[in-house]
Amino acid sequence: MLEVALKGSRRYWGLVIFLLGIIGLGFIFYLKQFNYGLGITGMSRDVSWGFYIGQFTFLVGVAAAAVMVVLPYYLHNYKKFARITVIAEFLAIPSVLMCMLFIFVDMGQPLRVLNVLLHPTPNSVMFFDMIVLSFYLMLNLLVGWTVLSAERKGTPPPTWIKPFIYWAIAWAPSIHIVTAFLYAGLPGRHYWLSAIMAARFLASAFSAGPSLIIILCFIVRRYTKFDPGKEAIQTLGKIVTYAMIMNVLFLLFEVFTAFYSKIPGHTLPFTYLYSGLEGHGKLVPIMAFSSILAAVSLFLLIIPKIRRNEKALGFAAVTVFISLWLDKGFGLVVGGFVPNMFERVFEYWPTTPELLITLGVWGIGFLVLTILYKVATTIKEEVILDKYGEKQVKSG
Amino acid sequence: MSISRRQFFKIAGATAVIGLGGISAIEILQPGQFEAAQLSRNPKALIGKRWGMVVDMKKFDEETMKKSINACHRIHNVPDFGNPKDEIKWIWPETFGHAFPGQESKYMSEEIEHLPFLVLCNQCNNPPCVRVCPTKATFKRADGIVMMDMHRCIGCRFCMAACPYGARSFNWRDPRPFIKEENKEYPTRMKGVVEKCTMCYERLAVGLMPACVEESKGALIFGDLDDPNSEIRKVLQAHYTIRRKSELGTEPSVYYII
Amino acid sequence: MYDGWKVIIGIIIFLGIATFPILYDLGKAAPPPPEPKIDTPEIQKMAEKKCVEPKSFMKTEHMVLLDNWRDWYVREGRSIYVAGDGKEYNISLCNTCMKCHSNKKEFCDKCHNYAAVKPYCWDCHIEPKEGGQT
Repeated sequence: MLEVALKGSRRYWGLVIFLLGIIGLGFIFYLKQFNYGLGITGMSRDVSWGFYIGQFTFLVGVAAAAVMVVLPYYLHNYKKFARITVIAEFLAIPSVLMCMLFIFVDMGQPLRVLNVLLHPTPNSVMFFDMIVLSFYLMLNLLVGWTVLSAERKGTPPPTWIKPFIYWAIAWAPSIHIVTAFLYAGLPGRHYWLSAIMAARFLASAFSAGPSLIIILCFIVRRYTKFDPGKEAIQTLGKIVTYAMIMNVLFLLFEVFTAFYSKIPGHTLPFTYLYSGLEGHGKLVPIMAFSSILAAVSLFLLIIPKIRRNEKALGFAAVTVFISLWLDKGFGLVVGGFVPNMFERVFEYWPTTPELLITLGVWGIGFLVLTILYKVATTIKEEVILDKYGEKQVKSG
Repeated sequence: MSISRRQFFKIAGATAVIGLGGISAIEILQPGQFEAAQLSRNPKALIGKRWGMVVDMKKFDEETMKKSINACHRIHNVPDFGNPKDEIKWIWPETFGHAFPGQESKYMSEEIEHLPFLVLCNQCNNPPCVRVCPTKATFKRADGIVMMDMHRCIGCRFCMAACPYGARSFNWRDPRPFIKEENKEYPTRMKGVVEKCTMCYERLAVGLMPACVEESKGALIFGDLDDPNSEIRKVLQAHYTIRRKSELGTEPSVYYII
Repeated sequence: MYDGWKVIIGIIIFLGIATFPILYDLGKAAPPPPEPKIDTPEIQKMAEKKCVEPKSFMKTEHMVLLDNWRDWYVREGRSIYVAGDGKEYNISLCNTCMKCHSNKKEFCDKCHNYAAVKPYCWDCHIEPKEGGQT
């Protein structure tokens, strides 16, 4: 099936080469980092996790979001999602891949990564994270590929794939809960030490992930002959709406707990992030922007008439994605380290090599996404055009 | 017989996996040559069930504190990068508000407020850093010391996030050029691993007190908290002591007399 | 064969590249085996010139011994190794092994360079200076 990805238009190859260029640039800077050490980033003794782990945290959510499409279709027979289950699974694969790559580039001794498997430590959440991420990657590859092959042959998927699909559905929230547990069990960091972390993570995952799926559906509809279906996109929009409402509510719940109790361990990180602490406020514009985007997105999503307009929905999806990327990919991680355990403020800002390496990893993710989507849409075009003999339009 | 390309790859892949996997399994599961090796302990070694320390701030002055800190950093090849971003420190002074955040008050004794408290890894009895380490590179020894295995550390820095005391440092770059005088009898570290105070386990093994304790002129009392007859227990009985962030349940082994 | 000539030429090029290392050294004498030197001042001073374990054992198993030493000392806190002949040694690379074998370049590196082995011990463990001073 992969040979389908070797035949494409000039635009396709242009995109592939552009992404390879970004990957190459990121790789060169990674070699610099490998040589010099992680000091080449903006991380410090006080803020010891930064952009890389932030991106990993955000992308784990995006990866988990495939379940929002797969669950309604396989467990509740929601036929409208039939066409896009593979699209969702093929988004989960590069997302999980990027998660693992971000962890890899963040490690001080990456060549020792197998130590995690050679010396399993069940009481370490990070050990579990590695296991669940690896399995999720393999599951999605297996399920996506099998279902797509079956579609290509024009037969229903084989029955043995069903248990794997159910496994993937159960596993998807688990990858994100485990990632939330990385943060939510650390004594001393009160910004993170909250039961609602896991719930917040899931809510933001199920808003950011389906938003990205909506954006990708629009792109696929525009640039290929495959149409994911208007109703499917609208349902995704409804999912994003409710998940985003929950996400913002959870954040406000945290704000209440912090500022009504007035316990410094809880209030100081929020103060640092949203209004600055002791004259330090590098992240304030970022968090302000994220909040404004969240408000705008909620306005666009909650009003049904606006949500039904596809252009507005696409715009709302973009604002949700960016807002959550800033909040989870940056604010959440840094907020746990500022102020530090001595109640001092030491700020963090990513350096240029760090950003270029990050961009390189995103490049790898987008390249894998492009190739997988090329395979999926080409096969779906063949299959669906063959069955109906005409270009598919909006009916779901 | 004709075989499709796909079937060929499937068979070749399966053979490779079984072949390599089988050979590796045989090598790994073979009994090693050192199963029956003899090991013994240095007769001078200090033995304890739970090593702890009391920091008597009444007995410390700035010069002695500097000597304690330098003794540790010198014999353990702790580098001096000269900037707070890359900084590595195993033991250092903090004022009251920073060593015991949340316990300072506007009206407290000014003398105590500005006193430099010596802080180091608390060698907790219930260490969160050990709980989170994915490779057991940091682990708790039978004698209570929270140890670092530099060979196994993958540099994920989860332990640094978990430590409520900010006791751990990471080698953000190669430390060798920044070590003033190398102590040849102790290794340095390389970039990419986490380090912290390990209670001078190497000195305890040959019957010596930790370096900071030796230089402290009695201001640091080191001993076995589990031994009811030890000096440290007597000191703890005789004075009121506080520990850093004791409400977190980490059970620190370092006590402070103010 | 479809596109037969392309395949045959491809096979010839592949064989050429694959056998290049052998063809390059054809006719040349084999390089001499490495001879690690054990004539450091410390070893000269020893009455009985013995290593922790016999030479034949150390030659084949020193890495395994060091690997075990590493885990025993760091992870298990055991500091003394009782050798096969009953003698006791402190478990330490720099303070035991390198105290006698203080000539890393003429000893350790001789075989390691020959076999293209780069143990990363020296990233942390300080190499002894030449000439027997440590």
